[in-house]
Amino acid sequence: MKLEYDLVIIGGGPAGLAVALEARRNTVKDILLLERDKYLGGILPQCIHNGFGLQYFKEELTGPEYAQRFIDQLNHDNSNKVDIKTETMVIKVTSDKRIVAINRDDGLLHIQAKAVVLAMGCRERTREAIAIPGNRPAGIFTAGTAQRYINIEGYIPGREVVVLGSGDIGMIMARRMTLEGARVKAVLEIMPFSTGLIRNKVQCLDDFNIPLKFNHTITRIEGRKRVERVTVAQVDKNLQAIPGTEEEISCDTILLSVGLIPENELTGEAGIELDPVTRGAIVNENRETEIEGIFACGNVLHVHDLADFVTEEGEIVGRAVGEYLKKNRKFRPQSIKIVPGDNIAYVVPQHIDFIVPGRRKIKIFMRVKKPAERVRITFKNDKGEILASYKKAIVTPGEMVSVYLPEVLLEDRLKNITVSTEEETKE
Amino acid sequence: MEGKEIICVSCPIGCRMTIQSKDGKITSIIGNACPKGIKYAEEEFINPLRILPTTVKVIGGELPLVSVKTEKAIPKRLLLKAMVEIAEIEVKAPVKIGQVIKDNLMGTGVSLVATRNIKRVDSNLRS
Repeated sequence: MKLEYDLVIIGGGPAGLAVALEARRNTVKDILLLERDKYLGGILPQCIHNGFGLQYFKEELTGPEYAQRFIDQLNHDNSNKVDIKTETMVIKVTSDKRIVAINRDDGLLHIQAKAVVLAMGCRERTREAIAIPGNRPAGIFTAGTAQRYINIEGYIPGREVVVLGSGDIGMIMARRMTLEGARVKAVLEIMPFSTGLIRNKVQCLDDFNIPLKFNHTITRIEGRKRVERVTVAQVDKNLQAIPGTEEEISCDTILLSVGLIPENELTGEAGIELDPVTRGAIVNENRETEIEGIFACGNVLHVHDLADFVTEEGEIVGRAVGEYLKKNRKFRPQSIKIVPGDNIAYVVPQHIDFIVPGRRKIKIFMRVKKPAERVRITFKNDKGEILASYKKAIVTPGEMVSVYLPEVLLEDRLKNITVSTEEETKE
Repeated sequence: MEGKEIICVSCPIGCRMTIQSKDGKITSIIGNACPKGIKYAEEEFINPLRILPTTVKVIGGELPLVSVKTEKAIPKRLLLKAMVEIAEIEVKAPVKIGQVIKDNLMGTGVSLVATRNIKRVDSNLRS
């Protein structure tokens, strides 16, 4: 087996697939894609619901259809084949771009790459991560695990369900379980707003009269062998349960949709610095980590709302790898840091490093901390002068915000740009 | 006069609109921030439609199920009934993405189509 590649991509989900295709379009020849599951597509094959592709393909697809579009493209061009190894687990990436992987056919593999792309995606937070008191019965699943059981394996995880967290997967699974005959008694959200998309609230919960209770959480899980009931309570501003508001709901199943965590063990071991908020690597506008030639994109970098945005980010990396391998890059005199300011939880990219002829703008992605209406997203320099500002009718933590930073504003001496939301002043 | 609340899903603002109607005809729509809201409210009021994504049992496939969807949106009120009908369907592997699994589902004129490929395996054993 070949053990030297120009580009090795770790992860065959939407991010890795987009990188492979776009790198190939940008004349990268020698590409290896490593995937630990049996099939390509990452989480997409179990996301059987529609709503994918509206941005990227301008048509509405389901998850498996969206994945297949990219898989077909990969297989289409035989003149420049991307080597694919499924059921192959990467166990180590080093800072000098050596990859250690294992699979049943080849055993232990040591692969040397010129460029590495981290596209491992994310995993769900579990009950342990949010520490609910009570018994430890069977019947507690993350929403994604339940999704896999129902949509891929063909098992219904339970009959009477309480969903904790109003993330998109939680709401989608509330509908899915209802359609399959289960009774979803409530979706509980500890925050006063939904962390998922409005469309999912309407089409997954409202359509089936599933109650969504804001400012509520599970305070206790009870059951001997199987979940029998939960105690739920209203929470105060500090997210603490308010005594006297407790209520019992009988159920045999709890689905957790309480957030996603980028899967960055390999990244950390490679010595790459992580952003404490995104829990993904700190990257420049090419999505290149602090180690030159190691890139990251998709949900391993920061959790995206839509697979379409993951594809877009994978394509940024595919192009960037092409430029990197051609050594066709010019660094700025100094890097510009993009700093999250008022009401901004995080910004990606975290810095801008390159001078790119012909580039007119850079798309900056961010997530806000709290919902706000009629605001401006402002970019300020070190002196607090506004470089650019953009009106937004509404910003919410559940929907990633993106704005373009015009290249002309990026003067050589600029060190920091602070991004904030500000209330719109009345004119 | 009857009032009905509809949340617009056209964008993240999610306008809460109130539709007033008389004898099934819309008399007024308020609460929308843009014209998209009116169009959405009208569709949702007159005949709300949804695509139905679900799964169908596969015989002799590498996986026990194939994901499917209604090729077009069907009336929202038929979703649960459609699930009962779809539960009876079995399909033989191999299944090709786009393959019609059932045409004219419940007389809607809409087909149920596969949304992924499922290969055939000779034994039922899954490794």
